[in-house]
Amino acid sequence: MERHVDEELKELNKDILKMGALAEETIYKSIEALKNRDKEMAKSVIDNDVNIDTLELAVDEKCIDLIARYQPMAKDLRFITTGMKINAELERIADIAVDIAQRTLELVDKPLLKPLVDIPKLAAVAQNMVKMSIDAFVKGDIALAKKVLLSDSDADQLRNVVQKELIDDYMVKDGTTAPRAVQLLLIARFLERICDHTTNIAEDVIYMVQAEVVRHHPEKLKNGQ
Amino acid sequence: MAKIVTKNLNLWYGGFHALKGINSSFEANRITAIIGPSGCGKSTLLRVFNRMNDLIEGVRTDGEVLIDNMNILNSYADLVTLRKKVGMVFQRPNPFPLSIYENIVFGEKIHAESITRDKLDEIVEVSLKDVLLWDELKDKLNEPALRLSLEQKQRLCIARLIAVKPDVLLMDEPCSTLDPQATARVEELMRELKNKYTIIIVTHNMQQAARVSDDTGFMLLGELIEFGKTQELFTAPRDKRTEDYITGRYG
Repeated sequence: MERHVDEELKELNKDILKMGALAEETIYKSIEALKNRDKEMAKSVIDNDVNIDTLELAVDEKCIDLIARYQPMAKDLRFITTGMKINAELERIADIAVDIAQRTLELVDKPLLKPLVDIPKLAAVAQNMVKMSIDAFVKGDIALAKKVLLSDSDADQLRNVVQKELIDDYMVKDGTTAPRAVQLLLIARFLERICDHTTNIAEDVIYMVQAEVVRHHPEKLKNGQ
Repeated sequence: MAKIVTKNLNLWYGGFHALKGINSSFEANRITAIIGPSGCGKSTLLRVFNRMNDLIEGVRTDGEVLIDNMNILNSYADLVTLRKKVGMVFQRPNPFPLSIYENIVFGEKIHAESITRDKLDEIVEVSLKDVLLWDELKDKLNEPALRLSLEQKQRLCIARLIAVKPDVLLMDEPCSTLDPQATARVEELMRELKNKYTIIIVTHNMQQAARVSDDTGFMLLGELIEFGKTQELFTAPRDKRTEDYITGRYG
C-alpha cells in the first residue's frame, strides 16, 4: 500500500544521494587540484562548500519535519535517523575535502617535493568507499556496506606507506623538506579520515537494513553476521 | 516476574474464533500495551483477564490463563475476587450517578462486610491521592461525579478501582475520549501507578503504546503475532506483519 509518507521518503533518499554525489565530486576536485597544482580548482572546492552546508541543513530539516509530522516507526524510523547521521558524515567528508584544498593551496607555490604516487591511490580508495557507502544506503545493500568496512584496512595501509616514506625518505634526511612533507602527511591523514567516515555510513546502513548495531562491535562482522 | 501467563488460549464467540492459541507472559509492575487493527481480538484478550467475556452469550474459552499461577478459567474460580484483583478502566469513563465519595467507596462497601467511616475516608483520600485528584477534589467529595470533566471522570474511575486494592489494572482505550493534554496527564498517572500495579492497556494509538508501555504485543486476526520490549518492537519488529502495521502499510 503506497502511503503519503513514501513520496517524502523517496525525496529524502534523493537528497541524500545528491549530498553523496556532491561529497564525491568535492573529493575528486580536491585531489585533481593537488595532482595538477591547480589553484583555481582548489579555491572552487573551498567556495563550493557552502552549497553542501546548505543541502546538509535542508536534509536535516526534512528529517526532523518527517519525524514530527509522521512519528515514524520501525524501518521508516531507521531510514530517517540513518539518513540524518549519513547526512552529517557526508558534510564532514566535504569539510575534509576543503581541508585538502587548503593544504594544496599551501603547496602549489612551493617546488614539488616528489611525484605523487600513493596519495592519488589513497584518494581513489577514499572516493570508491564514498561511492560504495552511498550506493549501499540508497539500495539498502548490506553486502556492499560490508565491503566498505573491509576496504578500510587498504586505506590504513596506504596511509602508513605515505607516512613512512615522507618521514624516512624526506623529513629525516633533509629537514628543509618538512614544511612540504607535513602538508602531504596531513593530506594522507585527511583521506584516511574520509574513509573512516564512510565506514560509519556503512555501519549505519547495516543498522538501517537489519536493525543490528555493528558500530563498536567488529566481532559481529567477523562472525559473518 | 510474570503476573499473568496465557497458555494456548483460544476463545470463540459462537462459531467465530476470536483468540487463536495465545501464548504470552505479562510482567508485574510493568505497562504492557496490546495493539492491532480493529477486530483483531485485543479487547477480547483484555476481557479474558477478568472474565468479562463470560457476560457474552455463546462464548467458549480453552487453554489456560494463570494469574499468580492460578488458572482463572476454571469454572470454580471466584469471579468477585478475580474482578477485585483485576480491575478494568473503559474507553468512556463510567462513574456512577453518585457523589465522588460514594463512587470511590462503592466497591469497598460491597466487598467489606462492615467498615468504619474513618476507614472509608482514608480509602477515599489514598485513592484520590494515587490518581493525583486529591488536591482538586478534597473539598468537593459530596458533589456528583457526573459533573467532573472527562479527564477527572476517568481518573475517578481509576481511583474507584484502586480503592479495592487490585493487583492488575486493565485499560481499554482509556484516553480515546480525552484531549492531548488530558491524555498526557493520564499517561503520566499510568507511569506512577505501575510501581504498584501491573497495567495492561489496549490502544489504537501506536504513539501512546510507544510512549507509555514497557512491553508491547501486536495482534492480528486473533493471533498474537509478536510480543516483546516496546523499544524493540517499534524500532526493529521481527515480523513483517508487525512492521507493516506499525508503519501504516497494513490495509
